[in-house]
Amino acid sequence: MNAPLPRPEPAEPCIDSRFTVPGMRCAGCIGKVERGLALVPGVAAARVNFSAKRVAVSHAPDLTGEAIIAELRKLGFEAERAADNPLARDDAETKRLLRALAVAGFGMMNIMLLSVSVWSGADAPTRALFHWLSALIAVPVIAYAGRPFFASALMALRHRRTNMDVPISIGVVLATVLSLYETATNGPHAYFDGAVMLLFFLLAGRALDAMMRSRARSGIAALLGRMGRGAQIVQPDGSTLYVEAERIVPGMVMLVAAGEALAADGTVLEGRTLVDATMLTGESAPRPAVAGDLVHAGMVNLGNPVRLTVVAAARDTALADIARLMDEAGQSRSRYVRIADRAARLYAPAVHSLAFLSFCGWLLAGAGLHQALLIAVAVLIITCPCALGLAVPAAQVVAAGALMKRGLLIKDGSALERLAEVDEVIFDKTGTLTLGEPRPVDLSGLGEEARRIALALAQESRHPLSRGLARALRQEGVEPAVLDGVEETAGQGMSARFQGRPVALLRPESEVAGLAADLVIAGKAARIAFADPLRPDVQATLAALSGQGLACSIASGDRPESVAAVARELHLFAAAGMRPAGKLALLERRKASGHRPLMVGDGLNDGPALAGAHVSIAPGSASDVSQQAADAVFVGERLMPVALAVRVARRTMAIVRQNFTLAVLYNMLAVPLAICGFVTPLVAALAMSASSLLVVGNSLRLARSAGKEGA
Amino acid sequence: MNIVGVLIPLALAMGLAGLGTFFWAMRSGQFEDLDGAAQRILIEEDSDGEGAT
Repeated sequence: MNAPLPRPEPAEPCIDSRFTVPGMRCAGCIGKVERGLALVPGVAAARVNFSAKRVAVSHAPDLTGEAIIAELRKLGFEAERAADNPLARDDAETKRLLRALAVAGFGMMNIMLLSVSVWSGADAPTRALFHWLSALIAVPVIAYAGRPFFASALMALRHRRTNMDVPISIGVVLATVLSLYETATNGPHAYFDGAVMLLFFLLAGRALDAMMRSRARSGIAALLGRMGRGAQIVQPDGSTLYVEAERIVPGMVMLVAAGEALAADGTVLEGRTLVDATMLTGESAPRPAVAGDLVHAGMVNLGNPVRLTVVAAARDTALADIARLMDEAGQSRSRYVRIADRAARLYAPAVHSLAFLSFCGWLLAGAGLHQALLIAVAVLIITCPCALGLAVPAAQVVAAGALMKRGLLIKDGSALERLAEVDEVIFDKTGTLTLGEPRPVDLSGLGEEARRIALALAQESRHPLSRGLARALRQEGVEPAVLDGVEETAGQGMSARFQGRPVALLRPESEVAGLAADLVIAGKAARIAFADPLRPDVQATLAALSGQGLACSIASGDRPESVAAVARELHLFAAAGMRPAGKLALLERRKASGHRPLMVGDGLNDGPALAGAHVSIAPGSASDVSQQAADAVFVGERLMPVALAVRVARRTMAIVRQNFTLAVLYNMLAVPLAICGFVTPLVAALAMSASSLLVVGNSLRLARSAGKEGA
Repeated sequence: MNIVGVLIPLALAMGLAGLGTFFWAMRSGQFEDLDGAAQRILIEEDSDGEGAT
């Protein structure tokens, strides 16, 4: 992304906005979005970033984000506003590492070129020349490419700890200094190639790690930002002003339009409406709210626009309580020690003592100080943890990439490690096992023309029922009809004219149980009933999970009757009517009894449980709070990515263990040689690259196995 | 031996040129959207009038 600087345009200053469009799948979609948006008046340019599923639109200031989202919906894509590059810092780190990697690669190749002629027996004057040339290249390259390691090692030493970077830094610096000395005294061996290659392979591991983190996170950040972050506040003079959620205070009067999420707790001032508490409590059926009723932030107003008196805002809402619970629950997980860190903790002292011992040993055996030091450095370099450094990130990047192609975004590497350890799965019901969005139960009663009219009406509205109807009809391949004068009456429905006849999609006149809409064509009404259906592949996913030896159960905040129905259908144990704290307590109990639960949930009420579970996954339709708390997010209507994630995570950890074994085997072969003083730079270089390439090659097998598995 | 005096600076210069190109490509955002770049080749450029896809 180019920096969103306000570019001075001669005619009209444009502003840049970013939208996430998760539905883009192919070149056709890119073309459709870019060309379609370019035709919209006021849009200067639109550019799709396909990897991040984002589109950057440069448009006139008077064109609102909502209007652009509406245009995108007309093109057939669901879109959401995305924050402006929230990950600039992560990106910067990846870029820094990539630059260091490029420099190290350049240095490595050129020094190797010179080294090969030395190895093949150049005579003294040529050798000296080549060593000097190598030094000329190596010193600036090491100074530049080694910075990430030197900085981290210094930091660790300052805090009186050691990490993997300490032996690396000592090895590289010692090798460089010794090689300079050798070069100056016209010695036979220089270690510049070894030092630079060490940096190259280690930087490759680092860069892979950073790429995995930033890429998956940018995917998740792209999904964020769905909730009511602010509200229209009614001013004393009757006009309304948009105020952000943090600045709302009790006593204000908030105007909530139909389909809008509440940004603060409040009591209904006048009128009656329906609110959807799905996100907050997991209750799937909307409930009525009349004057005087208390409604909470996070609920969605389904009915009429209403005025609310704010009673609690910002930190005091029920929502904020959930956030606090989540914070506390998340603490336990941050103590999880990643497998690479555990390895480093064992590895660093071992390497140091080994090098130090061989130094002392050779001194005692009567070798000179110079030769003893040379051997100690050879030990430090040959035990270079580059295979170890690559073992974890290489496998994880490949696995995360394969999972991302199948619709699962992983936030960080430790999530894969924790996923592999899971032994039971706890599902939320609404929005997780079910779609969490009302869908028409049965459309077979509608004729071809009626469907096309219904789609044309539904796609113009943001009401949840309309969205569900439009999505269901699009899935059936219905093309929208061409309508004239489409109008939305808030709380009532949509109306328009089709070939001269009035058509409408309206709220049913009579109060009915459950959700329904009336499709009226030329005076004749057809009732469309809605329900929240199960995800299409729930059964298959549960079967796959139990096939992996995982026990599944439901923990829902919904009413017992509706939970029981789902539990019976899926043959699962279920707990209903749970509050956020209750879900968290359940997970704590499971963890205390030695289990490692995977929590899958979407609502705000699942937030604490998601943060408290050993590992957690949220659907892409979840509230942003839940997506932030979860370790992974899956996109789309299918639940199968959950089962796939566990399978791939286990496979990844198997590969990581193999990688470690390979690295250790390599060290067992190479270290004795180094200690005995047989290691020439040629041997060190060959052994090191062979071990690193072996690890990378082994990790690449994951891409194939993840692709094969899971139908 | 003289040829070495030509070839080594040449090799270094080529390497540096490659490095410079990489830095330039990264700064100008060529690695931002690798998947998109692979897909874009399939988009037909000439349909100015109708967005027919």
